[in-house]
Amino acid sequence: MDWTALWLSFRLAGLTVLALLPIGLLLGRWLAFGEMRGRSVIEALILLPLVLPPTVLGYYLLVAFGAASPLGQAWQSVAGQPLAFSFEGLLLASILFNLPFAVQPTQRGFETVGADLRDAAACSGLSAWQSFLRVELPLAWPGVLTASVLCFAHTLGEFGIVLMVGGAIPGETKTIAIAIYDRVQAFDDAAAGRMAAVLLVLSLATIALTLALSRHLGRRRA
Amino acid sequence: MTLRTIPTKPLSLILAVALATGAAPASLEAATVVAAANNLQSVLPELAAAFEESGESELRLVFGASGNLTRQIREGAPFELFLSADQDYVAVLAAEGLTRDEGVDYARGRLVLFVAEGSPLKADGSFDDLAAALGDGRLARFAIANPEHAPYGRAAEEALRHRGLWEAIGPHLVFGENVAQAVQFAASGNADGGLVALSLVLAPQVAARGQYVPVPGDWYTPLDQRMVLLAGAGAEAEAFYDFLKTPEAAAIFARHGFDTAGAAP
Repeated sequence: MDWTALWLSFRLAGLTVLALLPIGLLLGRWLAFGEMRGRSVIEALILLPLVLPPTVLGYYLLVAFGAASPLGQAWQSVAGQPLAFSFEGLLLASILFNLPFAVQPTQRGFETVGADLRDAAACSGLSAWQSFLRVELPLAWPGVLTASVLCFAHTLGEFGIVLMVGGAIPGETKTIAIAIYDRVQAFDDAAAGRMAAVLLVLSLATIALTLALSRHLGRRRA
Repeated sequence: MTLRTIPTKPLSLILAVALATGAAPASLEAATVVAAANNLQSVLPELAAAFEESGESELRLVFGASGNLTRQIREGAPFELFLSADQDYVAVLAAEGLTRDEGVDYARGRLVLFVAEGSPLKADGSFDDLAAALGDGRLARFAIANPEHAPYGRAAEEALRHRGLWEAIGPHLVFGENVAQAVQFAASGNADGGLVALSLVLAPQVAARGQYVPVPGDWYTPLDQRMVLLAGAGAEAEAFYDFLKTPEAAAIFARHGFDTAGAAP
């Protein structure tokens, strides 16, 4: 059992959720309430990672992280090390490919808050910020929770992009999914089987916990 | 609301499109399928073309990591000839009775140090500059194939151990899933250099991106690559198997950076 890889995957998943929480809230709320032109284009852009093969995203990221790209050079001069094959690079990739999973459920959550309800909050003298905290967020909360769990689980399961931009460095970019693949490649079925079983149980537990939580929340509101 | 908040509408739309446009794959029945290690990607199409000139045959080439191909053969993949990147995988299949015989070595690969244009490293076959770069902090990332399962990764580890650099270079290593990916890491400049297969470095699009020097042959176990006819091999697979042992094939192998027993000295 490669505990280093498992811990790395959990750290990556946790940090991805933390980074995407404010982004999801901002974008989700904006898309739910805002009236803007070109909204389909924006929504399509956010959904894109869902349909693109990991190889496409992986290819673009590899080029963008490279020593020849502006992003790669800027990172090198700030952090003093290349972005490719680093945990930070992996986190950035993870944030990008989880964008649809963070935004969509949050947006659906905010859409359940009707315009009349927000008008009522404004009439009661709540400021926009108070209205967000005390009216919108509690109603949209199940969507936000769903988004977080999906992002977490999806990061644990991501393989293709990590394989392309990671470089399988233990403790840095070798996630549990890569560790399992390496064991399979080395014909070490026993180790691969153990790790796969652990991941299966953990993923199942995560999803079951969320379902239970969101049902509990729903019941409390009713 | 529960998990149903995932965007079902776009998903079902995509699914519908996928179902509507999904055509049946072309039949493999007619052609002889040859499974080959990734490091043969540049040489094998040329060998197949030379072979096909002499007859009306048609070969289908499937490339992959030798370990993956071995697994697929075990699961009944319809391959007739298997060209491995080492000898061990062929031995595994032979022991399980999935091959016609023990097979034969068809080529010997060579390990080179590749350094991309603009890298702080020098292409120095003695690894002296590599050792110096480790000392003065010039080296950021160095690419090899994964030694856990890739033959060229194992050879790279042996060479680095032989030179006494394995411990020091450890924190700088990035691992390609196979040797072709290690080349890609090094050639793109994302790694400062790498220990990779000569056959892949000779490809024009890689050769143009940097310099390479051979690693001394006695620093690593020879990379003998073995091929074997599989249990279901037909006449055409047999003919190609024999062709690969001819001097004509040896000359093509040599042009692509392989040594062969049959090649002229």
